[in-house]
Amino acid sequence: MTLLKELSEARGVSGREGEIRSILFRHVREHIDEHRVDALGNLIVVRKARVSAATPVPRKVMLAAHMDEVGLMITEITKNGLLRFQPSGGIDPRLLLAKKVLIGDNKVPGVIGVKPIHKLKAEEMNQVLKYEQMAIDIGVTSQSAAEGLTHVGDYATFDTAYEELGPFAKGKAFDDRAGCAVLAEILKADYPFDLYAVFTVQEEVGLRGARVAAYSVAPDCAIALEGTIADDVPKKKDVSPTSQLGGGPVLTVMDRSFIAHPGMLRHAISVAEKHGIPYQFKQPGIGGTDAGAIHLTREGIPSLTIAVPCRYIHSPVALLYLQDFEHTVNLVRETLRTLTLDIIRPES
Amino acid sequence: MKELVKKLTETYGPSGFEGQVRALITAEVQGVADEVRTDGIGNLFVLKKGRDSRHRALVAAHMDEIGVMVTHIDKDGFARFTRIGGVRPLGLPGARVVFASGIAGSIGLEKLEDRTKIPDLDKMFIDVGAKDKESCPVKVGDAATFWQPFVAQHGRWIAKAFDDRIGCAVLIEALRTMPKPAYDTYFVFTAQEEVGVRGATVAAFGVEPDYAIAVDVTTTGDTPESHPMAVGLGKGPAIKVMDRGMIVHQGLKNWMIRTAEEVGAPYQLEVLEFGSTDAMAMQTTKEGIPAGVLSIPTRHVHSPSEMVDEGDVQNSVKLLAALFSRPVSLE
Repeated sequence: MTLLKELSEARGVSGREGEIRSILFRHVREHIDEHRVDALGNLIVVRKARVSAATPVPRKVMLAAHMDEVGLMITEITKNGLLRFQPSGGIDPRLLLAKKVLIGDNKVPGVIGVKPIHKLKAEEMNQVLKYEQMAIDIGVTSQSAAEGLTHVGDYATFDTAYEELGPFAKGKAFDDRAGCAVLAEILKADYPFDLYAVFTVQEEVGLRGARVAAYSVAPDCAIALEGTIADDVPKKKDVSPTSQLGGGPVLTVMDRSFIAHPGMLRHAISVAEKHGIPYQFKQPGIGGTDAGAIHLTREGIPSLTIAVPCRYIHSPVALLYLQDFEHTVNLVRETLRTLTLDIIRPES
Repeated sequence: MKELVKKLTETYGPSGFEGQVRALITAEVQGVADEVRTDGIGNLFVLKKGRDSRHRALVAAHMDEIGVMVTHIDKDGFARFTRIGGVRPLGLPGARVVFASGIAGSIGLEKLEDRTKIPDLDKMFIDVGAKDKESCPVKVGDAATFWQPFVAQHGRWIAKAFDDRIGCAVLIEALRTMPKPAYDTYFVFTAQEEVGVRGATVAAFGVEPDYAIAVDVTTTGDTPESHPMAVGLGKGPAIKVMDRGMIVHQGLKNWMIRTAEEVGAPYQLEVLEFGSTDAMAMQTTKEGIPAGVLSIPTRHVHSPSEMVDEGDVQNSVKLLAALFSRPVSLE
């Protein structure tokens, strides 16, 4: 999984996805016929129809995977040279203390400071620090020294190496570099329609890239590819794990952003069953994806979300099961190959 | 009309799963429509050609109702669930729900640690009477709605899903009874209103109407200790001035008022502090569309037993038919 490693270790918080875009373009360029980068930074690549189909098929199908990850933005440099920050995208503040980060284009290393346990009062043990109470230490002692290395507005990302732990992959930003890596694989196969693969920007701050990309592509239908929540650690109550590692690709029925197109959902399920690909449904009512923006574009675009289950997303380190990744690639590829116009046609 | 309202409210159709409502409405408008089509999100467009085809009008009522969706089946066969749209926890325990397949369930409640607090949905479950997980007839992703019969008594009607099947009924009845409309008029039965006016967001994009009116329910201020609101049951259809999602086009609103006065339909003015309607999405479509709302006063909105006044419904049909048979004035 050299591409997943490269994508996971690269840095691209919302609005600064350039590094991810370059890596992806380098990887997919030999498989595509056209490409463009739009005003917001979406990378839109086209793989033209290469085979013909026996039944009528859609003309244009859009696949979306977002390049951006969650991170921290530097908001202030203090007199002592410490960096104050705010989150970009959803980050649990409890995860931040004593984490290593890299700041700005020059990858200035830093550590999010923490009070030693020896000095914690009993009541402080039960408190969650607010973002305003934390700071990044980059090893300087003055504001001017810090200003020589970094600026307000720079992004900090988690400094996490990709590693394979037996059949699992460990790394940061699997949401949604896992989806990007799936999409890069999908571009290697042949389809009976023009495949518009869109590597989107600014998903984590409100599905912003996908909205304008879908407007310009105007596809007949779309699939968002994601790395989604697996909350499958043991629990006291018998409740949903959202999704499970090892359970195969995750299909969304309904999340906070959209309700899956019933025909496309049925089609993906029947493909999984026909090919013996394991699959699972995501816990309804949780999260949202680029499909939320895409399906409301223009006169409405039938949409679906298929995801790789990942533990600990939106944190410095996530875990995925490599076989789930392979199954997701297979399910998306076979779903596309057998997609017909009937499947996305309105029901009467 | 009572029979139509009974059929519409008793039909299953949570957001995203409006197929049964769509089929019923398609059958009901047979013979009065010039064109019927469905779009990708599930909106149903019923066109009635007008005297002047250079202009287009749009009137919308949403087909979907609030509901619940199964999130997990536990080992004993109980179904945990989430909300579809604005479902309030108060009033859920003991309510009956029904799935598309016809399977019914009762909503149960865990033993509560603190009985003074309203429990959220994670303390509840749907009991379909299954013996265990394997034999449970519903699965993750299955959607259910409240299950209540329609009741009519002394001029008041009680049912689930008046929001917004009563709007659908008013549109259908207007379609059947009105003369040829002034303009080509699209009666749009929208999908997914309760989860964020999603159907209407894409419906107006394709039709590009000169103006649009949504027909939906509004709450009232005439029940004991209710939130103060001027709207009451039995005082006629409400013409919306403002809600949380939109300020109604002034000219359109004034034209609606004048029309009500000219045809002798009682009306009341509505300012709603919570919620919005399909008109909110249509108003900001493309370059902007003058949009208004005709509201049917409804008590106990989003509960399993909502209530409307028969006279308000009849007057809504009368006003809607009058509005769309006349040339619009936006001044």
